[in-house]
Amino acid sequence: MRITRVLGAALLMLGAAVAPAAADSSPSPSASSDSDAPTSAGTSFRTATEFEQGQQATASGSTGDYLYWSFPADAGQRPTVEATVKLPETHAGQTWQVDVYDGLRRRQACQYGAQTRTAAADATTVELACVLRTVRAWSEPWANDPLPGTYYVRLTAVGLTTADLGQPVDATVEVNSKDIGGAAAVDGSLAKPLVPGISMKSEASSEDDSSASAVLSSIEPEDGWSGGWWSDRWVWTAVGGLLAALAGVGGYSLTRGAGRPSRVPPGA
Amino acid sequence: MITRQRLAAGVCVLFAALTAGIAFPVAAVAGEPTGGTAPQVDLVLDVSGSMRTADIDGGTRMAAAKQAFNEVLDTTPEEVQLGIRTLGANYPGDDQKTGCKDTAQLYPVSTLDRTEAKTQVATLSPTGWTPIGPALLKAADDFTDSAASKRIVLISDGEDTCAPLDPCEVAREIAAKGIGLTIDTLGLVPNTKMRKQLSCIAEATGGTYTSVEHSDELTDKVNQLVDRAADPVVTPVATEGAGQCTDAPALKSGLFTDREEFGQQRWYRVDVEPGQELRTSVSVAADRAVNPSYGVLLRAVTVHGREIVRGESSGNGRTDVISTGLRYPKADSDEDDPAAETVCLQVTNSFSAASGVKATPGLPLELTVDVVDAPSSSSDVASFGLGRGWWLLGLLVLVGFLAGLVWGWVSRWRVAVWRTN
Repeated sequence: MRITRVLGAALLMLGAAVAPAAADSSPSPSASSDSDAPTSAGTSFRTATEFEQGQQATASGSTGDYLYWSFPADAGQRPTVEATVKLPETHAGQTWQVDVYDGLRRRQACQYGAQTRTAAADATTVELACVLRTVRAWSEPWANDPLPGTYYVRLTAVGLTTADLGQPVDATVEVNSKDIGGAAAVDGSLAKPLVPGISMKSEASSEDDSSASAVLSSIEPEDGWSGGWWSDRWVWTAVGGLLAALAGVGGYSLTRGAGRPSRVPPGA
Repeated sequence: MITRQRLAAGVCVLFAALTAGIAFPVAAVAGEPTGGTAPQVDLVLDVSGSMRTADIDGGTRMAAAKQAFNEVLDTTPEEVQLGIRTLGANYPGDDQKTGCKDTAQLYPVSTLDRTEAKTQVATLSPTGWTPIGPALLKAADDFTDSAASKRIVLISDGEDTCAPLDPCEVAREIAAKGIGLTIDTLGLVPNTKMRKQLSCIAEATGGTYTSVEHSDELTDKVNQLVDRAADPVVTPVATEGAGQCTDAPALKSGLFTDREEFGQQRWYRVDVEPGQELRTSVSVAADRAVNPSYGVLLRAVTVHGREIVRGESSGNGRTDVISTGLRYPKADSDEDDPAAETVCLQVTNSFSAASGVKATPGLPLELTVDVVDAPSSSSDVASFGLGRGWWLLGLLVLVGFLAGLVWGWVSRWRVAVWRTN
């Protein structure tokens, strides 16, 4: 009896401890180092420079350039794109904008963050941010939900005077994700992440290696794409089942009372 | 002790495995060949009389350009085939007709002999007119016929003096002819008119425009552009969409380019087998002055004209490109030998030309097609029907407790019944 009680208490404690811990969202760990962070940017979807989440990608360009980067985002992540532009010494008022596109080049909405910002004539930097929606493991083809795969960041000046065209600017882009976890878990997953050119990549690798050429996107998260089946919902549900069983035992024992039924005469 | 050693060995193995896991993809990427053929770059340098002006770091524009060229020639990656073309280098006279033909190939686009190229650059002295348009036309012919990426870097200090040929339209036509040709422009100490013209040339081909006021900026920028050319990129395949689905070209997975005029629609066809997913994206580039509101629509339609799914996007303001995409997972079939379905893709754009802008050639269109194996569809909004949260826990506990109570009462009642019998 005591063992049952101790065990029950332990399980309860465990349940209480594990569930919120697993449910807690924690920021994704930063990539180990910035040493291999890219120092240039592409100028189109096709030439976008790839970088990992947590890395700080830098690039020097000219006002009026369209700077492109791409990064991987996996299911359950809510990426935040932050861009900083160092403006030239003298300039007129400029409006800068950061846009995020998914692997199908569909524009992705920002939940919040200053996606577009106008820098006054005396400003030295512009800081832009875009908090994306949580990446889902699966969605209907008719939906525009963010899905695991490549994401493109486009940074450009959308409003500028002709006199400011071609001035040197430095841009920094960083992406960090909040791990939303099981709250965003859905049933189903994509067979392959939304990485452009992924079907050609698999063909190329199965053929002779020398025929392999540049790919549209060779992007992959550091620890690979998640299979899409794990979520903390397993923990919640399992703990819930255990607690229910314990509560069942408790309810049952309440109806039994302590010891033998009082109506039963001793020695029966 | 043994346990500890084993533990240490285990950690080592684990670490090695992790390192190998991390290192492998990097090596795989680095080991990839650089896209078949060598990238080609043609540097087009303005050697017109105005290059004599001494306003870049105290020296003449020509001196700055020569210094930059020397440094760039030193650092050009081995795999890049580099050529140099001049404009306005030979004819000092006043006749516009002759002056506007004055463009010459100083060094052919080929594997670089650094000393030879440098000697050639040293002979240059500022002379004549600024025939940008004709020089670009000739530069486009400098490239050898290959699938590699081609890049023209135009360095100029004045606007084109060979009207009525608009270098901007020339650039657009060159881009329409060839595939993967980009023109980047650099303006030395530019004025407003020059900025407009050079950035127009750059935008017509998806290139960049940079103003240069100092000689080190010039070196850095040209170096950056040459390096950019050396980056391996996927070369798109030219295709020509049709006006209706029945005539449309059949596409497989890949990257394609086409041209689409204002208000035109383009049709393509893709075969999708049951159990496969079609993923396609399209981007239409604004390579000329367009009105500020625009959009693009991509529809997947059955051969009978029923729309399956669409991707649409619209925008407002300055942009290089407007893009959208769609995916269409085709459900598995129970038939023994299921036939592939032909999906028609329709692309339309709602760009409109700003006044005075030519409508031809059409806007550059880029289409990616990916046909991948698709999974079965989702059956539940939640993950495997699992739940989470304190409400779920509370409910389960409550139900469990009630079930326990009922079970207890029922068994007590049964015991009581058994006893009375």
